[in-house]
Amino acid sequence: MALAEVHGLTVRFVTREATVHAVNGVSFQVQPGEVLCILGESGSGKSVTLRALMRLLPPRLTRIEGEVRIEGRDVLAMPSRDLRDLRGGLVAMIFQEPMTALDPVYTVGQQIGETVRRHTGCDRQAARKRALELLELVRIPSAERRLDAYPHELSGGLRQRAMIAMALSCKPRLLLADEPTTALDATVQVQVLILLRRLQRELGMGMIFVTHDLGVAAEIADTVAVMYAGRIVESGPVAQILSAPAHPYTAGLLASTVHGQSRDRDIDAISGSPPDMRRLPQGCSFAPRCTRRMAECRLVIPEPRFPAPGHMAACHAVADGFPATQVANTSTVSGLRATISAR
Amino acid sequence: MTALAHDPRDRGGLQQPMLIARDLRKHFPVKGSGGKSVKAVDDVSFTVGKGETLGVVGESGCGKSTLARLMLHLVKPDAGELVFDGDPVALDPGIAVDALRRQVQMVFQDSYSSLNPRMPVRDSVAFGPFVQGKGKNEARHIARDMLGKVGLDPDAFGPRYPHELSGGQKQRVNIARALATGPRMVILDEPVSALDKSIEAQVLNLLRALKRQFNLTYVFISHDLNVVQYLSDRVLVMYLGRVVELGPIDAIFEQPLHPYTRALLASRPSMDPAHRIAQPPITGDPPNPIDPPSGCRFRTRCPFAERVCEMTDPALGPWQGRQSHTAACHMHNPGSGHSLAASG
Repeated sequence: MALAEVHGLTVRFVTREATVHAVNGVSFQVQPGEVLCILGESGSGKSVTLRALMRLLPPRLTRIEGEVRIEGRDVLAMPSRDLRDLRGGLVAMIFQEPMTALDPVYTVGQQIGETVRRHTGCDRQAARKRALELLELVRIPSAERRLDAYPHELSGGLRQRAMIAMALSCKPRLLLADEPTTALDATVQVQVLILLRRLQRELGMGMIFVTHDLGVAAEIADTVAVMYAGRIVESGPVAQILSAPAHPYTAGLLASTVHGQSRDRDIDAISGSPPDMRRLPQGCSFAPRCTRRMAECRLVIPEPRFPAPGHMAACHAVADGFPATQVANTSTVSGLRATISAR
Repeated sequence: MTALAHDPRDRGGLQQPMLIARDLRKHFPVKGSGGKSVKAVDDVSFTVGKGETLGVVGESGCGKSTLARLMLHLVKPDAGELVFDGDPVALDPGIAVDALRRQVQMVFQDSYSSLNPRMPVRDSVAFGPFVQGKGKNEARHIARDMLGKVGLDPDAFGPRYPHELSGGQKQRVNIARALATGPRMVILDEPVSALDKSIEAQVLNLLRALKRQFNLTYVFISHDLNVVQYLSDRVLVMYLGRVVELGPIDAIFEQPLHPYTRALLASRPSMDPAHRIAQPPITGDPPNPIDPPSGCRFRTRCPFAERVCEMTDPALGPWQGRQSHTAACHMHNPGSGHSLAASG
């Protein structure tokens, strides 16, 4: 059984003025011990997808449809009491900004201990002991002293480590990470990435890692799902996506990422800007910016196609080399499903 | 480095640097700390040649943004000297600060907070020329022209307010605003850091094209080494308020001298899942700039630190045989007493 299964997930934010179509039919699976990177630019729906997995979106403004299952349990139908056990227990999340995600008026030790006591029911002393173990696990130097530190007394890197410690406190099976290294300096970012990779492997967790940075995805992902305007436009094994992208958006993103290009030439930028999520264009959302646009792109939303086993691209211009045989028995497949059947 | 067409404002000729900074210093006092201060910029010296792009890199808190503000006197230096095209800044005889700002402009990282939210963007662009003495109509005309030059249709975008524009469009407006006064030099403080990758590439291309078109000199500040490599002719690497390395772009990227520069370069993601970074190049975070380490400020994270690094502050060369490429590291100073100095 897949650790996490998402089927036809749709998220809309409804206000009096407008309806924002943040996520428009996203499907994927994550196996135990797999790292899936959701790659996308701001407004692509990557963080909203992640939050929907834990139902962290404001219920009054949000319309969620589709199916989210974690270890077989239907998250979207779950009563809020079960949800509180799920959050921090089975699934935990690391946020981008540790300074705002941690509570400024409690020490790091108190915050981690609180999570431990809520989920295991142990006493304060045992919770503190566990918090100390966790700080050592994430390699915070002089952990004993840091246990009594407030978040503002820690550097950015240590704060993010403390948040990782808190997320891991109840041995989650699935770790959700929302751009956890974006706010960090380069020399600190690589330390946190290596730490996360090691912990994920040692603890055998599944992980969904949201990022806008191709380089970060290259460092941590097993599989990559590229999102654009609330849809997964391409997915597959990380090496394949980075070396032979099939979707014009992914190819454009790779070309426009500055990485040792010749200084004498312009960068091959994608022209235009992402669509207004309140008024998505008919057909493929990337069509207005696409260099391989055809007449039908403006009219029909492209179905998933499989240029290689386990490699999906939702694009009319992509040749469908590996049709439905590679794909398990569903119509709204993602490439990840195919990846798994191809393994 | 591109050759500059002749500018009537040019005084010393092409050989004279556009800007010379000598021992610039800015310490910000910290309230309630008993006289302590953040040593944001500490005795920083460099030159910016005419027509070149000087890249400034470093991690957060290293003083690179304070350095940018010092160059425009947006914050006043505590000590040190700025010389713009031969004229000392804010001294008599010399060039006054308002005259300096006619020739040097700045583009900030946060494209929203650097535009007036109550003004249509065409008025924001026209504001600079207007206060510098152009008539209303002429200023408006310049604004239209500049919006077109940065790739925004003046009729469609000019009347809009900042909140009606995307991040990339706002940053284009900021570039138009900076160029509207006809500067010779532009300081770009993380101009693309807040933008998505596909938009970042568009803005970088635009900056390159404008530099050619208007004969500009750039100081380009960024934490992204890849972007700096693409755009700069020379690079200045900062760490905790100090220059640790300065040199031509290829020399720095191919043969970095300072252990910190090497660590920064090695921390860049590989972009290749088959060759992931196995070990962090350096550990820990940058220390607090309020109480920087004695001697070499990098020694607490440096794998080569010795006693001399704790005792003596390393000078920024130039060392023998390396006139243009220098590093503030005892390992590269033959007489420093560091055990690796002889080979360095």
